[in-house]
Amino acid sequence: MSRVLLLQGNQAVVEGAIAAGCRFFAGYPITPSTEIAEELAKQLPLVGGKFIQMEDEIASIGAVIGASLTGKKVMTATSGPGFSLKQELFGYACAAEIPLVLVNVQRGGPSTGQPTSPSQGDVMQARWGTHGDHWMIALSPSSVPECFDLTRRAYEFSERYRVPVILLMDEVVGHMREKVVLSDDYENLPQPMRKQPTCKPEDFLPYDGGEDGVPAMPPFGIGFRWHVTGLIHDETGFPNGSPEATVKAMDRMYHKLADHYDDIVRVEEFKMEGAEFAVVAFGGAARTAWDAVTMARAEGLKVGLVRPITIWPFAQKHMEKLATQVKGILVHELNCGQYVGEVERAVKGKVPVFSYGKYDNEPATPAELLAEIKKAMGGVK
Amino acid sequence: MSTEALIDKYFRPGRLPHIWCPGCGNGIVTGCIVKAVEQTGLTRDEVAVVSGIGCSSRASGYLDFNTVHSAHGRALPVATGVKMGNPKLNVIVVTGDGDCTAIGGNHLIHAARRNLDLTVVLFNNSIYGMTGGQYSPLTPFGSKATTAPYATIEHDFDVVELAKAAGATFVARGTTFHAQLLTDLIVKGMQHKGFSLIEAVSACPTSFGRQNKMGGPVEMILWQRDHGVMKAAWDKMTDEQRQGKFPIGVLHEDNSKVEYTVAYDYLIKKAQEGKK
Repeated sequence: MSRVLLLQGNQAVVEGAIAAGCRFFAGYPITPSTEIAEELAKQLPLVGGKFIQMEDEIASIGAVIGASLTGKKVMTATSGPGFSLKQELFGYACAAEIPLVLVNVQRGGPSTGQPTSPSQGDVMQARWGTHGDHWMIALSPSSVPECFDLTRRAYEFSERYRVPVILLMDEVVGHMREKVVLSDDYENLPQPMRKQPTCKPEDFLPYDGGEDGVPAMPPFGIGFRWHVTGLIHDETGFPNGSPEATVKAMDRMYHKLADHYDDIVRVEEFKMEGAEFAVVAFGGAARTAWDAVTMARAEGLKVGLVRPITIWPFAQKHMEKLATQVKGILVHELNCGQYVGEVERAVKGKVPVFSYGKYDNEPATPAELLAEIKKAMGGVK
Repeated sequence: MSTEALIDKYFRPGRLPHIWCPGCGNGIVTGCIVKAVEQTGLTRDEVAVVSGIGCSSRASGYLDFNTVHSAHGRALPVATGVKMGNPKLNVIVVTGDGDCTAIGGNHLIHAARRNLDLTVVLFNNSIYGMTGGQYSPLTPFGSKATTAPYATIEHDFDVVELAKAAGATFVARGTTFHAQLLTDLIVKGMQHKGFSLIEAVSACPTSFGRQNKMGGPVEMILWQRDHGVMKAAWDKMTDEQRQGKFPIGVLHEDNSKVEYTVAYDYLIKKAQEGKK
């Protein structure tokens, strides 16, 4: 049986979390992500889960790290300044390889910025907000049904690769309402599972990546008694300051994601058949692009849309290929131009890359984006 | 149980020697923790130790429990998640004076307020030792530190009073001189159903003692003997007699408040029965 619901993007995230088996949420109120906390406060106890409103954003991600160590699937959600505060322990989750889902419903910044306005200003912060080299995954939904699907996928990736995953939302998608068709019985849906050790506790090496680079992660309390630290550690989980152990740990954490590019990096194409020019847009900005590309096609312009669903790791192979397919690329995003730099890096000057960044608190209209497309195409020979 | 047997049972093979300086009190406090666990009869699998960052917080790596060496000041939030995720675990929080009352001060008062069943063992050596001797919120007024070369003009917290005021339901203080008492206090804290804080007054001869001319490890531990006063005697002392001294023992106990995970189970039951 299925249910047809009219849901806000933030509510669809909640449904996706419950469906994926999330049973612990810790958060702190902040616009425009608060609905996620409010709805989970209501829903988690109904499925035997727990919600806690912590004293601040740092404590919220700290608590989800602790609960994740007991085997729970966990979530925290935030926005703007809260995302900055969470960076410290997000880095801890990267270093100690703790699965968790962090929702960031982006708002305008810097600082308190524009609390209720759409923005995609945290693209680079999502990747590099915490200190030090690290690897993580970020996914960006463009519709309410996709909020549900990508939340579930965030748990799949987080549990499969033992990595924190950012659901990089924006206010457009977080607060809009759309029809969503949901299963009545989430228990029939596949549940993401964490790799478990197959050896005896005394033989267990908590940070031995095995064949795929992903260490098994038994919950606390069942006999494995492993050590978790944010210091660089070797297979034993204990700190190791040697150059060899450092390189080995860093390389494993890089490869466990990089070697699974085809699984992790999802990119959707729209009207790319025969396209000579591509728009690259994601999240809420892709909604404008769907319409603008459709309008361009109606005018006979050979334009298509490439929509990265996985924002990090960057869609390097996709963009390299795109540079061989089209004569020009326009990157549209709701910021002063962040993702465009990554596209330029991949394209390496093979075709011109244009930027249409919008940062005036409002999404672009399809007509505005179409005008930018025409302007860019006029400059492409 | 002999010291050797305690080490074999509770310390991870190959992890000793520890990183602490000669004369440091952290080893005594850590010893009191494992003696306390032995007395409670809990298995190693049933205990989780969550620490922050600093000298004392290194204890988690040596101990053969489910252990987390978290981030600076963040032991209590992480411990909150561990306890809520698996309330069957007996969670001990190992933290220092800087970790717990400066960068982690906000977490301390809120964890105390919630009355979550955590046992905080606060290693108070009055200084930031790992970074080489800077003043903490528990550094006594007028002490010298590398960041207070002319002596600190900041008033220190009484962390016992702070925890009480914030709602902790078991608060105690021991010292590394009164090690048997300290063990007993940790046992009581672990057995208490609710938020417990045990302040363990400890010596840092290297970073605090030298700067404040307190002598070596022996003099500093004798200072604890001469300044810590059992609560029963403390209660009979005049304000004048109390000058410069501090009470030790169980200093606050309140069994009237429901523990957080117990309250949460009621909440889940109520929600599932459709009540609001």
